[in-house]
Amino acid sequence: MCWLPMSGISRRPRVWRQSSELSPVPPDEAVIGLYRKEDKIYARAVSGWFARWRWTLVWCTQLLFYGLPWLRWNGRQAVLFDLGARRFYILDLVLYPQDFIYLTGLLIVAAYSLFLFTAVAGRLWCGYACPQTVYTEIFMWVERHTEGDRMQRIKLDAAPWTASKFLRKGGKHAVWLAIGLWTGFTFVGYFTPVRELWAEAFTASFGPWESFWTLFYGLATYGNAGWMREQVCKYMCPYARFQGAMFDKDTLIIGYDAERGEPRGKRRAQGRKTDLDAANLGHCIDCGLCVQVCPTGIDIRKGLQYECIGCAACIDVCNGVMDKMQYPRGLVRYDTENGLKQHLPAVQRLKRVLRPRVLVYTAVLCLIVGGLGTSLALRSPFRVDVDRDRGSLARMVDDDWVENGYRMQLMNATEKPQSYRITVVGLPGSVLEPSADVTVQAAQTRWVPLSVRVPEERAEAAGAGAHRIDFVVERLATDADTPSRSVREHSTFLVPR
Amino acid sequence: MSDFVSSGWAVFVAAITIVSLVACLALLIIASRRRVMASDNTTGHVWDVDLKEMNNPLPRWWMWLFVGTVVFAAVYLAFYPGLGSSPGTLGWTSQGQYQAEQDKARAAMAPVYARYAGLPAEELAKDAQAMGIGERLFLNNCAQCHGSNGRGSQGFPNLTDNDWLYGGTHDIIKTTITGGRNGVMPPMAAALGSGADVRNVANYVLSLSGSRHDAAAAALGQSKFAVCAACHGPDAKGNQTLGAPNLTDKIWLHGVGEAAIVQIVTNGKNNMMPAQASRLTPEQIHVLAAYVWNLSQTTRVAAVK
Repeated sequence: MCWLPMSGISRRPRVWRQSSELSPVPPDEAVIGLYRKEDKIYARAVSGWFARWRWTLVWCTQLLFYGLPWLRWNGRQAVLFDLGARRFYILDLVLYPQDFIYLTGLLIVAAYSLFLFTAVAGRLWCGYACPQTVYTEIFMWVERHTEGDRMQRIKLDAAPWTASKFLRKGGKHAVWLAIGLWTGFTFVGYFTPVRELWAEAFTASFGPWESFWTLFYGLATYGNAGWMREQVCKYMCPYARFQGAMFDKDTLIIGYDAERGEPRGKRRAQGRKTDLDAANLGHCIDCGLCVQVCPTGIDIRKGLQYECIGCAACIDVCNGVMDKMQYPRGLVRYDTENGLKQHLPAVQRLKRVLRPRVLVYTAVLCLIVGGLGTSLALRSPFRVDVDRDRGSLARMVDDDWVENGYRMQLMNATEKPQSYRITVVGLPGSVLEPSADVTVQAAQTRWVPLSVRVPEERAEAAGAGAHRIDFVVERLATDADTPSRSVREHSTFLVPR
Repeated sequence: MSDFVSSGWAVFVAAITIVSLVACLALLIIASRRRVMASDNTTGHVWDVDLKEMNNPLPRWWMWLFVGTVVFAAVYLAFYPGLGSSPGTLGWTSQGQYQAEQDKARAAMAPVYARYAGLPAEELAKDAQAMGIGERLFLNNCAQCHGSNGRGSQGFPNLTDNDWLYGGTHDIIKTTITGGRNGVMPPMAAALGSGADVRNVANYVLSLSGSRHDAAAAALGQSKFAVCAACHGPDAKGNQTLGAPNLTDKIWLHGVGEAAIVQIVTNGKNNMMPAQASRLTPEQIHVLAAYVWNLSQTTRVAAVK
């Protein structure tokens, strides 16, 4: 189980120094520093089938993220989370803070999807869709176009500061910052109308919150994708640490076929024509390219490690090498631990996808998605809440009526003004005042004071104490889009002794 | 720190805070070097046969994050209250922030209220927005006692019946809301005489409004009513300057019937409406008073939709 975090780190720490002020160090012990500067990783550019997939995902996720705030819907921003007004617009939906359960549902769906994908195919999310991966991919593209590929970057870093180096480095950071700030701006655009924000950007009239969050997310993007990169995955990301719990021996991982590759070694004399049996060599030519392209700087040939984010860069680069050597592809490939060990054919591996863990994840996911969808479809377009008056429980009015006071909160969750007719049922002879229909403006909430009266003789017949009554609120149909619909809200009517 | 009697506690708390911060940094330095097994990079501890504790170093940037939190704490404590009784150099207080937010909200609402400032109640009652504001103010500030529909209950006047203790003009309602009211009726039993006299007067008072009463007792009580007339007037129609209620209508704020009236006459009554000036601005009271005035109009002025 070499991918457990505890035993996974393979690099040895540097020996700080033999301390003379401490008591003499026994020969089998050493004094080390507890904090170490991480080695910079110069990932080499890679192309191939999986690299194309990664870029496809970059385009999909970023078009969605950068584009969505600009989409218009019903004459407003399609997706807007208006925290100030506590209204959350998603296409046709207008959500209230009371609808937060849907966010909970969404998060559970996201979590279970992650569990399911991970159990089946390992760290798909990390390798292809995680913002950390996606922005690192974009930032590395910028880096390649300003500083060059791996070898050029290593040389540039070692070289003295010249005008050219300054220009290349400065250019890289300028573009990084620009992408970061645009990301921050877009993020804030989900919470403040993005077109107003865009206009404000030109007059430099951002509010304090808009400025702070634009800068915060801008600099976080710049720092995480430019500077921190694999450090985020290795030390900060909780998912990287607990995804091991979703793995088993039938989970797709990026694996090195050691049986086929070992013993590794250079083909010195005859190149690709080397007689492998005679030279006692496997298919791995030990070119080290799989290590050079790895964004987290690991050697996949050591087996599965927790640093591996499953980006498949090593598969792409190794397949290229295998092609050149005229060996079959797939020395490094997507396979399962069992598949590698037992030489399982693809059909077998596919069959093993249907194991209890995967079935349970799928069942739970389907249940929650179904429940969430049903609940959303049945969601009432208005909400009603009734509070009894507490100050005066009951009063006699006009000599022969018993009256109770209430206030009703009416929330209109649509984007049109709506009229509501309120009636009261449950006590014979009860009269509601005022009896006029109530109008609530689009996406607004209104408190309506209400009185319920019962003739004294009816109240006496019902007896002293609390009686259940129901307020029936009917939304009046205005057009075909808004059919009439009613909601019942119960309360009590108190008859005094 | 008003929580503690002695100011020495503030010094104590400040000292603990500073020592803790320094200790955090000291811990970082002390822990920076460690003696390990040179051969296999472990601490030498093994659990469950093969589970070893490794000595992998922390990334240095993580250490700087830690230092950063300590620096943040120092800067925060310099600017904001937190270090013992120090108020911080920025002079921030939660009350100050609350006040600033209130002022901001009021400034934002000022143009809305400015439109209503000079308008009389009759005009405001026709304005749907003004009545909407008035209704929300009423529900948030008045409905607790007077009820959501303003009809009150025992001890809390009904605001919809156009029977006013102090007068029902827009200006008087504003005065009532701003300064509150304290209605006092002194205990009158001694002035009236015996317990029988009190009962007789009570029945006379009931007879004034045609409520159920003992006619014989009422006739006996009539002469004693002169004592009450000082405030309630010889015709018992009350006195709005004093807040003395009209006794000739069927509106009984503190309960109807001989027993209830005997109780009031014997013990007196001290009824209080708290002043709202500290909770509401004069502009808000102007609109709220118009809403209350409109509640009392028998034919309410319909707000223009």
